[in-house]
Amino acid sequence: MAHAEMTARHIPDRLQGRGARMLKSWESLLLVVAVAIFLANSFASPYFLDPWNLSDATFNFTEKAMIAFAMALVIISGEIDLSVASIIALASTAMGYAVQLGFDTPMLVAIGLGTGLLCGTVNGLLVTGLGLPSIVVTIGTMSLFRGLSFVILGDKAFTGYPESFAWFGQGYVWWVFSFEFCLFLALALVYGVLLHKTNFGRTVFAIGNNQTAALFSGVRVGRVKFILFLLTGLMAGIASICLTSRLGSTRPSIALGWELEVVTMVVLGGVNILGGSGTIPGVVLAALIMGMVTFGFGLLNVPGIVMSIFIGLLLISVIALPILYTRLRRRLHA
Amino acid sequence: MMARLLKNREMLLVVAIVALVGMIALRFPGFVVPANLANVYNDTSILIILALGQMAVILTRCIDLSMAANLALCGMVAGLINVAMPGLPIPVVILVAMLLGAFLGSINGLLVWKLDIPPIVVTLGTLTIYRGMIFLLTNGQWINAHQMSDAFKAFPRTALLGFPVLSWLSLVMIAIMFVVMSRTPLGRAFFAVGGNPHAAVYTGIDVGRTRFFAYCLSGTLSGLAGYLWVSRYAVAYVDIAAGFELDIIAACVIGGISIAGGIGSVAGAVLGAVFLGVIKNALPVINISPFAQMAISGTVIIIAVVVNARAERRKGRVILKKAEAV
Repeated sequence: MAHAEMTARHIPDRLQGRGARMLKSWESLLLVVAVAIFLANSFASPYFLDPWNLSDATFNFTEKAMIAFAMALVIISGEIDLSVASIIALASTAMGYAVQLGFDTPMLVAIGLGTGLLCGTVNGLLVTGLGLPSIVVTIGTMSLFRGLSFVILGDKAFTGYPESFAWFGQGYVWWVFSFEFCLFLALALVYGVLLHKTNFGRTVFAIGNNQTAALFSGVRVGRVKFILFLLTGLMAGIASICLTSRLGSTRPSIALGWELEVVTMVVLGGVNILGGSGTIPGVVLAALIMGMVTFGFGLLNVPGIVMSIFIGLLLISVIALPILYTRLRRRLHA
Repeated sequence: MMARLLKNREMLLVVAIVALVGMIALRFPGFVVPANLANVYNDTSILIILALGQMAVILTRCIDLSMAANLALCGMVAGLINVAMPGLPIPVVILVAMLLGAFLGSINGLLVWKLDIPPIVVTLGTLTIYRGMIFLLTNGQWINAHQMSDAFKAFPRTALLGFPVLSWLSLVMIAIMFVVMSRTPLGRAFFAVGGNPHAAVYTGIDVGRTRFFAYCLSGTLSGLAGYLWVSRYAVAYVDIAAGFELDIIAACVIGGISIAGGIGSVAGAVLGAVFLGVIKNALPVINISPFAQMAISGTVIIIAVVVNARAERRKGRVILKKAEAV
């Protein structure tokens, strides 16, 4: 009887709740912010709505977002990878070195991806093999990887990339859509499916929520985490290929400070920094927001550093708002 | 006896530092001349002061990524005050810098305490905000040496009993922190909150407020370091100490302060900073290119983490060995 009552009350509740839940979700909040910024931008500058400008603006976030997808998985599993920007630098350096030896585009791509995977392996082994906290391990490898690029490059820059290599960062696939933007969409789809529709994605959430419980229910925690670090390494390798190709040169200071921007993107996307929850659509929206803010402020000649104030405030307030909201509601109900 | 000494983290670090200095001395005896060692310490003083603040924060299971940005903002404000009022006594400038630092730290603390936002997110946000504020204050302008008053620049260099004031200040801070950590309820609360927050609540410790004080402390020390940085290098601009937050955390990690909270000591933080300082100062002496410095300090951090993890492994009741290992 009691059971029947409960289900009777619950079924309509869930049916009603679906729309309401979507409206109240983090993603819809982000969507509102994104639309607001888009409108603000289009009113603020007449150059904003130009399709070529908008297409160029995607470069502000596509490379970082590629890494953010993998980073989202790592953070959901309760770890963090601060070495991604340094992996970009090292992969770029390796490709630059290969160019000096006369290698051509396919080999360069292979070297870029290989370096990323290798760096990911180092992180993965240190974190899962030796059971060390990932935040300190990757602070260490962050210095190590970028340090190696400095050792190889010194104060020089590698240039002279073959013409076919330029396509990855400068090519357009269909009218105004750059290769990078299409790759971003494809990767968003791949990671969305991987995290939300596969067993692997479920284990990532399980590990983030309760690692010990996951282990007891048969999840190979170490192996999953190792794969996640491989993924961030691989994504950093892909981002490095795109960025290097777009800039046409390698310097050891390439992508400096990106690790914090990528983490900001992921957290802004609604991924809990303590692990256990988050979505890929949220990260995609956060990437769009950060890209549009950068682009809009750029059009208005606002310096990049002022934009960072805005991103910082956005990060804190977007996270603080739901907390304040629940607290206020509880107080009103009490 | 020997084995027990080696198990002690601080002792291990002392041995490592002495061995490092000894190896350098074998090839370059000039390095171990007392005057040069004093220089190395002086170079490391700012890092030591900052590591002490970071230690308090990390002990309570938090992290402060905004220290370097806080330092840069306070340093810039100290510089601006000096440009505007060259006659203002230096102690007043320092006090203002420290108060501003404490205020910026208290913002971090309040957000962590009252809103329960994860510390890494809070300080990641304030890191970009504080750095952006410098730009708003100055419009990207630099403050150069010739704009600063002589007293402002001379203060950290003034010799007192043979050592510069900068070194003395770091020694004073070490002494204060030593007393705070080992002789006051606040110091005990730092350890208690990090060691086991739930148990701390039952013993009557307010976890949030303790974390708030830890952030105020790290902010105050960042403010002091901000003045010292700007006056020592006689220049202030938006990007000073950019990326230094990770050096500070590295010094703490090398010093054996557990990133999971509750484990660490003043001596550890100081020795960790000194260890990094010796490496930084020794590399040019032994003809290793400055470009290799990052790679070497990265390797050192990783080795330190591996060593720490060994010592930290809990000895509690382990039901399933593999559950511990992951």
